[in-house]
Amino acid sequence: MADYTKMWSELGLDLEGHNALLSILGSAYGDIFLSQKNRPEGMKYFDFVMSEVHGLRIQELMEAKAQRRIVVGSYCVFVPEELILAVDGVSVGLCAGAEFNFEGAEEVLPRNTCALIKSAFGFKLGKVCPYLEASDVVVGENTCDGKKKSYEILAPMVKDLYVMDLPQMKTDMGRTFLKEEYRRFMAKLERVSGKKITPESLKMGIEIVNAKRAAVKRLAAIRAADPAPISGLDALLVNQVFFYDDPVRFTHSVNQLCDELEERVKNGIGVSAPETTRVLVSGCPMAVPNWKLPMLIESSNAVIVGEESCVGERGVRWLTESKDGTVEDLLDAITARYFSIDCAVFTPNPSRVEYVKEMAKKLNAQGVIHYSLQFCQPYIVESGPVEKELEHASIPTLRLETDYSQEDAGQLKTRIEAFIERLEKK
Amino acid sequence: MRIAGIDIGSRTVKLAVLEDGQLILSRNTMTSYNPLATAQELMGDAVFDVITATGYGRHLIKGHLDCPVISEITAFARGARFFSSDCRSILDIGGQDTKAISLDQEGNLRKFEMNDKCAAGTGRFLEVMATALGFTIEEFSKAGLSAGKAVKINSTCTVFAESEVVSLTAQGAARDEVALGIHKAIVSRSIGLLKKVAVPGEIFFAGGVAYNDCVRVLLEKEMGQPVFVPSDPQIVGAVGAALSSL
Repeated sequence: MADYTKMWSELGLDLEGHNALLSILGSAYGDIFLSQKNRPEGMKYFDFVMSEVHGLRIQELMEAKAQRRIVVGSYCVFVPEELILAVDGVSVGLCAGAEFNFEGAEEVLPRNTCALIKSAFGFKLGKVCPYLEASDVVVGENTCDGKKKSYEILAPMVKDLYVMDLPQMKTDMGRTFLKEEYRRFMAKLERVSGKKITPESLKMGIEIVNAKRAAVKRLAAIRAADPAPISGLDALLVNQVFFYDDPVRFTHSVNQLCDELEERVKNGIGVSAPETTRVLVSGCPMAVPNWKLPMLIESSNAVIVGEESCVGERGVRWLTESKDGTVEDLLDAITARYFSIDCAVFTPNPSRVEYVKEMAKKLNAQGVIHYSLQFCQPYIVESGPVEKELEHASIPTLRLETDYSQEDAGQLKTRIEAFIERLEKK
Repeated sequence: MRIAGIDIGSRTVKLAVLEDGQLILSRNTMTSYNPLATAQELMGDAVFDVITATGYGRHLIKGHLDCPVISEITAFARGARFFSSDCRSILDIGGQDTKAISLDQEGNLRKFEMNDKCAAGTGRFLEVMATALGFTIEEFSKAGLSAGKAVKINSTCTVFAESEVVSLTAQGAARDEVALGIHKAIVSRSIGLLKKVAVPGEIFFAGGVAYNDCVRVLLEKEMGQPVFVPSDPQIVGAVGAALSSL
């Protein structure tokens, strides 16, 4: 990696803490990803992206800013990238996946806060997330109560925090509400960027994001093959890079990877032996570098064949209808797309479990591991009924609740191995 | 063929050797800071053809013996059926884990629940509480059984409960009643796990804590289901591991 010290200093990063973070990240990446066997060649691109995730990509953001393009950071799949692209902005996911500076976070947040929120604060207070520091606008969205209230505390710490409200019920009123929130967001983007959203620019944004989602959906579909042509870890990584990379380049790289994987499937080549136990992971998002659970699963004689998660299927499942029309028409299409997301913050949320069943069937998964972040009420509460419903449909299910720490790795491993042993018997 | 199983638990290491469906050797010893050495010592002169490891130290042994490993949950599921051929619900309270397991009619693992990542309400908890009250483990169980009523213990966290016990005895609470309260706390926590998975019928109770009569009696009463304790409840996991060598 080139020397980015100057850029990092200018962004106001704490160089010492940041170097420590990069070195942990680098060695974890080597242990977890580079040590895997039979990896597809196409993963080299993603290895490169990860090696430059705080380097070259940030440099690109700085270059974009120099050309008067805005950088918009966010934490959630409800923030429409289409709208950001429509003002020629750059959309980036913000760091929230590592146990970094939790002591600092706990000075401003209760200890019983989910790891994702704590991590976002740890990164901010430790000044180690260049994406956050490079963002002209940080979008907070009212999904859960934890996030909603913590944005009040985050607001004075960042340059421009914009809070987006979200409906919690799938009613006509909820849909109208979401549309009005997106309209308000459009106005905000236009104001900050100084650019007007036109039918053409919005349509272009929709098409870029649709292509990106279509590529990841293509990848997801290929994973139905046995033997699995790609590991769950690598597929998760692609889904994680989704939030950081330049969308057009990313789409191209994912499609290239898919070409290779389709070739693999044709030739019966996989990352694990045929008939390896296949697991679907469902639940909370796994932000970079939260690789703990997939690593434990895939080192227990199993392969992950899908992620029913925001960093995964829930983030890419729906495409936006791209049509010729007014900005209002396109805004309707975008609203329809995002209103379909079956996040656990909605009540009731029956379509989610139905889709988990459908995914398990489509991907030939033998069981589902439901992953909840500790203190994430929406997903933890929903996990009980989800488990019941899946078991009722004869889909063995294991519910796990964990955080970003490594202290429960042994206990998790025992549960996971026992669950895989249960599946192997079938 | 002689099949063996070794169960490297947090508090004890257990070895079982079976031949022609009979348990011919059963040994156990305390786990040390060096579980591998303890396991090797325990195996000592034991003669067997194949061995499978289980327990929290299973992967450590695998690195040295190159033997197969299975999780404790599967090991208990298999081992329980050796002692009770039609059991469907299993409760294992070990040194730092509590497991509740249910089996289908054929004996396949159906569902399981485990305690959280700390040792709350496990064997280690009982040990610390007995010591806090100045009892041996045997006396502790007897004291609980003989108490007319229980003092309520609110915590099953080993650290919190210890300070709770200290303050209760400082207030003059009867030692036997505190002992019963502690047993009730551990049983109510175990039942929380068991009720999520158990099926009607006998409950197979294993692990070191199954030696404790007070826990067994309370469990039977609270669950309203008969509880069966095998002659050597600690060896169940090792037997299950041995059987999976076949």
